[in-house]
This record gives sequence, structure tokens and C-alpha cells, in this order.
Amino acid sequence: MFTNHKFIAFETIVVREIRRFTRIWLQTLVPPAMMIGLYFVIFGNLVGRRIGEMGGFQYMEFIVPGLIMMSVIQNSYSNVVSSFFSHKFQHSIEEVLVSPVPNYVILCGFVVGGMARGLGVGAIVTAMSLFFTDLSIQNIPITIAVVLLTSIVFSLAGFINALFANSFDDISIVPTFVLTPLIYLGGVFYSVDLLPPFWKFISALNPIFYMVNTFRYGILGSSDVNVVWSFSILLLFIVILYCCCIFLLRRGTGLRT
Amino acid sequence: MTTAISIKNLGKTYANGLEALKGVSLEIEQGDFFALLGPNGAGKSTIIGVLSTLVNKSSGSVEIFGKNVDTHVYETKLDLGVVPQEVNFSQFEKVRDIVMTQAGYYGMPRALATERCEKYLRKLGLWEKRDERSRSLSGGMKRRLMIARALVHEPRLLILDEPTAGVDIELRRSMWEFLTEINNNGTTIVLTTHYLEEAEQLCRNIAIIDEGKIIENTSMRELLAELDSQTFILDTASKIPENFDIGLECATVRKIDDHSIELVVSGELSINDVFSQFDKLEVKVDGMRNKTNRLEQLFLSKLKGE
Repeated sequence: MFTNHKFIAFETIVVREIRRFTRIWLQTLVPPAMMIGLYFVIFGNLVGRRIGEMGGFQYMEFIVPGLIMMSVIQNSYSNVVSSFFSHKFQHSIEEVLVSPVPNYVILCGFVVGGMARGLGVGAIVTAMSLFFTDLSIQNIPITIAVVLLTSIVFSLAGFINALFANSFDDISIVPTFVLTPLIYLGGVFYSVDLLPPFWKFISALNPIFYMVNTFRYGILGSSDVNVVWSFSILLLFIVILYCCCIFLLRRGTGLRT
Repeated sequence: MTTAISIKNLGKTYANGLEALKGVSLEIEQGDFFALLGPNGAGKSTIIGVLSTLVNKSSGSVEIFGKNVDTHVYETKLDLGVVPQEVNFSQFEKVRDIVMTQAGYYGMPRALATERCEKYLRKLGLWEKRDERSRSLSGGMKRRLMIARALVHEPRLLILDEPTAGVDIELRRSMWEFLTEINNNGTTIVLTTHYLEEAEQLCRNIAIIDEGKIIENTSMRELLAELDSQTFILDTASKIPENFDIGLECATVRKIDDHSIELVVSGELSINDVFSQFDKLEVKVDGMRNKTNRLEQLFLSKLKGE
């Protein structure tokens, strides 16, 4: 397949993915934005006023980066896992499997689709946060880089989940029992300085902790983690997850009998 | 003539231990209209799955237009269009989007994809439905949409897995005409069907598969010539007398009612001889039909190992 043909195939998958989540915007864009809006009102505004400062910032300022990142992570993941599994469930994935589209183009198409939704919801949440606090970004390159890389990581992870999933239950187990606890324990609502040494150490094992804090560094200019170390972890995760996806696609796991 | 499909010693054992294919070898010439017949679970869909790379083979080799499907993945896929047994497009997408998306997977520029999309949707009578969601289509329309989708990149080889299942007779006949037309234009077609009349009407060559093995692979003409007798039902204008005997050695009759008889004619006897005899006996025949489809008769006897 020639490069321009591959690009057309890639563009086709991306457009199809974006068309899918925008067609069902009441399920894909509104609920996450509404949920984060409630976090702003309840935790940021009502509870946050009583908390005062966290990590040297007003509590509302402190949680905004974490909540934006939370929406990016959840939506990147859930877009890929639900879309790819739906294609599997309806057998429409066979359309692309019988065509000459290379595996890496299929993967990149779905990942970019997941990123589009993750970043789209992230942008909505960012716009909503402006109603509650002034958001001035301290380091634009780091902010953009970390949000893009995080979105890639969770889109890839969602793809692996979808490959192994055999039922709709299987696509909700990981987000409910793995992703949500990791996000909540990843420093979205608190600074790691508040934790005793043992839980500080446990937090250091949570990759989402590095993503949230690096994003917070980009926006507020302050972080609990080393930024270079965070980017190294992100890149390492991307390489490992990408290789796993390609290996599974080549093997036909969950797709070919 | 170039070989469109060459399958050698193809074996497939599923994870549950089921041996679906037991060393299948098959050659299909370019331009052929080929029937792959067999009872349910015989291995037809597994062969199609291997050809379309949806099923990983356990052993053997498969070539499409002389190129190995394992080593020339992209070239062989470009030559192949598949119409599966089950509906496999998104039920939430519009008819036109389904065909355009498929064109995109084959790297077709938008202008060409739009032109081909219109061409095939018009040919298959779906152009008026182009902006409707696919779930609103009838069963027959869904089947036609799958054919349009499979043809949008104009493959040299089209595989149809029971394309007319559940389709009414009028639509089935219009699909036969369409398939004959694209076959006449050079597309090699492999058809699996449970309607043996369909295979007899359309196909020039045939293979019968049973329990994962090819038990017959010949031309339709040669296969039908194997029939040693044919059974007809004749409707007569005049009343048939009791104990009616046609008086021919290689033909037997059985009275069904006063105006119809069952006639069994052996292969050695011409139908002309039978009608001459009816003339002599002053029996006027109004109508005549095969009691069972000829291919059906042979198919069943092959499966029984006769």
C-alpha cells in the first residue's frame, strides 16, 4: 500500500471515529463535562472555600489541572475501548480487517480518534473552569506535551482492553476498578505532601500521579514530581503499549479465529 | 489461464479442537463463476475466512492470483472483495458512509470513491436510500449494500457467502443478473449458497465440501451429466386412464391424480422419445417440471457417498 493510500485509510478511520462520538454527543461529550462541572461546584467552590490553600494555591486553582487531566484520561480510554469493541460486537471491524490497511494505521486511527474525544472533553472542561477560576498557563509546551502524551497512553490502553473484551462488562471493568482508583489516588484532589511516607511511596508507583502533577506544573508552575522523570515514564508507557497493541493485532487476538 | 485461487492442503483446527478443514486443495480459474457447496458446518465459511484473513489457517498455503496471502498481504487483499454471510456493517451509519468508508480503507481518493459509491449504489438499487441509516434497510437491501461495499474497490475476485439467503425470489433473480454481468466483465466469483438452483443457474464449476474435505470438484456440466435418471411431474389436458403405461423401456410413470403423472426417465432416453410416445398414446401434456432440482438430487447423493 502506498503512503498516500495509507494516509487516506488513516484519515478514514479518524473521521469515522470523530463522526461516531459527535453523533452521540449526548452520551460522549455532555456527561463528562457535566460531571466535572459538579466537581468544580462541590469540591472546588463549596468544600474548597473551607479547605483554603493546597500546595501553595487556592484549592480551586489546585484541582483544576487534575480535573482537566481526569477528563482527558477517562475519555481517551473510553472512546477507544467502546468504539473498537462496538466494531467487534457488530462485526464491522471485519471491514477494515479484510482491507489492505496495515495494523499500525488501524491502531493510529483509533488512537487519534480517542485523543480527539479526550482533548475535546478536556477543552470543554477547561472552558468551564474559567467560570470558577482564572487560568493562566505557566509553561505552554509542557502543558500541551503532557496532555497529548497522556491521551496517547490511555487511548493505547483502551485499545488493548477492547481487543481482549468479549462482552460489554469487560469494557467497564478496567475503567471502574483500575482507572478510577488510580486517578483519584493520583493527586487530583490533594498534594502528596499531605500523605505519610508509606502512602507517598505508594503514590510514586501510580503513573497517573506523574501525569497529573506534570500537567499541574505546566499550568501552575508547581509540582510534586520531577518533570523529566514524568516525560520519561510517559514515553516508556507509549512504547510498551504500542508494541503490545501491534503484537496483539498481528496475532489476531480477539479478532481472528 | 491464470489461477484466481490456489489452495493447497489447507487445514484448520479451531481452539476447541474442531478440525474444520482437513487438507483442502482447490484451484479456481480467473473469470470463473464457481460454486462452493456443502451442508452446514462443512467448512465453506472457514475457507472464505482463511481467504479473507479473518481465520488463521493451521496448515497449507493459499494464493490469490499467484500471490501468497501470507507474504503478499496487501496485494492479495486489494484483489479481494468479500460479502459475508452475516450483516457486518455498523447499523448506525448511513448507507453512503458505509460504502465511502470502505473505499477509504482501500486508499481511494475522495472523488473516485464518490463516483464508485454512486455507481454501485445505483446498480444495486440503493441510491435512493443513500442518506438513510443502515438499520432502517430491509434484509434484502442490507445484502445488496454488502455487495456494493465489496465492489467499491473493483476487486478481481469476489467471494459471496450465501448472498441471497432470506432474499425474495424477485430480488434474488435481479441479483443473479447483476452477478452474471460483473462476471461477464471479468470478475471471478466464488459463491456459496444453499439454493442449489442458484448454483446451477449461475456457476460453471463446482466443488462440494463435506466434513472439511472436498468430495467433488468438477464442471457443472460434467456433474449434471452424472445424473442417471431425472424425475419430472407432467400435467396433462386429458384424463389419464387407470393402469396407464407409457410403453418405453427406460421410462416409468406413476399416476398422481387424473391429470398429473410422475415420469422417471433414465439417462439413455431422450425427452423427445418420451414426447413422441405421448403423441402416439394421444396424451396431451400441458406442463412439465423437474420434481426436484437436478443439482439438489446429485448433491444429496454425493453427501450420502453414492
